[in-house]
Amino acid sequence: MKKFSLSAKEKKNLIRILVALPLFVAIFIADKTVGLDGVFGGSYGWLFPFSLYFAVYVVVGYDVVKKAARNIVRGRIFDENFLMCVATLGAFSLAIYNGVSGRGTEGADEACAVLLFYRAGEWFQSYATAKSRKSISSLMDIRPDYANIKRGDTIERADPAEVKIGDIIVVNPGEKVPLDGVVVKGSTSLDTKALTGESMPREVCAGGEIISGCVNVTSQVEAEVTKEFYDSTVSKILDLVENASGHKSKAENFITKFARYYTPAVVVAAVLLAVIPGLITSDWSAWIYRALGFLVVSCPCALVISVPLSFFAGIGAASKYGILVKGSNYLEKFNKANIFVFDKTGTLTKGSFAVTAVSPESRREEILRLAAVAEKDSVHPIARSVVSAYGKEAEGGYTLTNVAGAGVKAVKGDDSIYCGNEKLMEMHGINFVKEDGLGTVVYVARNGEFIGSLLISDEIKEESAEVVNELGAMGCKTVMLTGDNDAIAASVADKIGLFGYKASLLPQNKVEETERMLADKAEGDVLCFVGDGINDAPVLMRSDVGVAMGGVGSDAAIEASDIVLMEDDLRGITLCKRIAKKTMAIVSENICFSLIVKLAILALSAFGIANMWIAVFGDVGVAVLAILNAVRVNSDYVKKPKASRGFRPASVKKYR
Amino acid sequence: MKKVFKTEDLDCANCATKMERAIAKISGVTFANVNFMAQKLTVEADDAIFDDVMKEVVKVCKKIEPDCRIIL
Repeated sequence: MKKFSLSAKEKKNLIRILVALPLFVAIFIADKTVGLDGVFGGSYGWLFPFSLYFAVYVVVGYDVVKKAARNIVRGRIFDENFLMCVATLGAFSLAIYNGVSGRGTEGADEACAVLLFYRAGEWFQSYATAKSRKSISSLMDIRPDYANIKRGDTIERADPAEVKIGDIIVVNPGEKVPLDGVVVKGSTSLDTKALTGESMPREVCAGGEIISGCVNVTSQVEAEVTKEFYDSTVSKILDLVENASGHKSKAENFITKFARYYTPAVVVAAVLLAVIPGLITSDWSAWIYRALGFLVVSCPCALVISVPLSFFAGIGAASKYGILVKGSNYLEKFNKANIFVFDKTGTLTKGSFAVTAVSPESRREEILRLAAVAEKDSVHPIARSVVSAYGKEAEGGYTLTNVAGAGVKAVKGDDSIYCGNEKLMEMHGINFVKEDGLGTVVYVARNGEFIGSLLISDEIKEESAEVVNELGAMGCKTVMLTGDNDAIAASVADKIGLFGYKASLLPQNKVEETERMLADKAEGDVLCFVGDGINDAPVLMRSDVGVAMGGVGSDAAIEASDIVLMEDDLRGITLCKRIAKKTMAIVSENICFSLIVKLAILALSAFGIANMWIAVFGDVGVAVLAILNAVRVNSDYVKKPKASRGFRPASVKKYR
Repeated sequence: MKKVFKTEDLDCANCATKMERAIAKISGVTFANVNFMAQKLTVEADDAIFDDVMKEVVKVCKKIEPDCRIIL
């Protein structure tokens, strides 16, 4: 954490408070014990303690009066400086009234104390806010300060923003990687903790990608820059987190609205409280005194500061664990999320496919060769697994046509290869032998004749069952969407313990299915879609909250989703859920606590029970407490809860 | 054009909202955001008049919170 220092303005104010406080205490004690009005005697004796108090008041509050005077000229009467002035100067006037009518200096001490404590509270409030803001920001301190550019044999230190694509940068051990690039010389381990929350270092060697924001741990590497600074991962992430507080949550919007009406309402109430009973009872000084108490609590500061600060702390805490939340509103919604829709491949399962069976086994070589020809240009994980199972260079020269949701057609002259699922075979009227194994089946046919099939399966991630169980225990419904057939979907859903699944969906069906679930859900339900962001961007955008996994280096996923798990670990979901829950709990605590205290003080002042001392606590004390409470959001969270209550639904349901 | 400015001594969240509302009302400003947490001000306005708009922004902010400085 960076060393925290006070700004010039804070220092100046602190000194003024520290000078005024002992002076006030000394005068107060002397006045109460000895009775300072007796020093000079006579009917004007009250003037002596009065001027002492007033002197302290001026020391601590001259700028409040100045600001108030300027604001009143501009017609801004609901300014807190002005209100504080009215309250304190009002109390001084009462003191003068009391003094002239020979009732001592009642009121002067209070006026002085109120302003003193108001200033002290304000100071502490700004200190606490700045401090927590800085400590949260330091968590996100991944911005590199410089880059070492290699030019010929010399190494220059430059601003990362000035480095161009193609420049060679040198990253020494202990330095941050300033820009995204590809290693050209050397190998090292990178600490990606700041980006992903993962403490295992990542090994890279020549040809490997390095991502800005990581810290080089072991040895010097040279890398060729592939992205300019503003396009680099680190800039994108910082941009995202800093702008997160721009997306305001409902709670924040409520506070903003509330703040606009609260102050005028309290001021009007104060005026009424002074005038109406004053006219009736003619005991003006008592009722004016009560009204002045009102003015002291008229600033909604506690709420206005603590609520966004809580959200900011929540977003900061999440980013510590490699979870990027794009706005307070998403944190708020995610807390309420109770329907979790998972994409299967790459989300609940590893997405690392392997050919596990070939039938008939006797024609293995031929089947793999033909399949590789058809699949060689595809980036789909299933296609990659076919190509890697073949292991040799696939024959080229074929025109490849993608048949959406069915497979690939490869044509060269009159030779045509069909490689895909049952639908592709049926489409071309090919008689095929059905493969019953669990996994994705790829059928291969050539010139209308069935050759054989490949069985490709995927592994379930270790943490999937645990996360689904924990979500179940939190009362969430978990549903899986997959393009795979019913048998695979049922087997995966059963192993993980999902509430339900929907199988055999084409990518566009996933959007339709999500739309349908959005339409069906009850009022107040929040649907959260979790995917890897590769081909489910439309669903991520359509759902209430879109969570993309394994976001490092994937711009599309970062763009389309609302929450990004930088690390490919599903436990981030439950972790984020717990952070969201704590944040929202603290937000409501702060809202309730501040409102109740303020309303209580208003009520007590109206009945003359609370004096101005209590009122000033209501104003600044509550704000400070609320800020301290907000900082609590940013505590440590465990990635895996110690005792997770196991939960399994009685039976897996298939959706129609 | 959208530009982000740092601010100094912006220490009242209520003022930040007031500033944001006032800046958004300046003619020529298409978007304004005062981020209290990041202590940053974002202004979006037309390129041609941006400098004039910023002068107005500084003036407006000075009125609301004289202590707060926008680092141009």
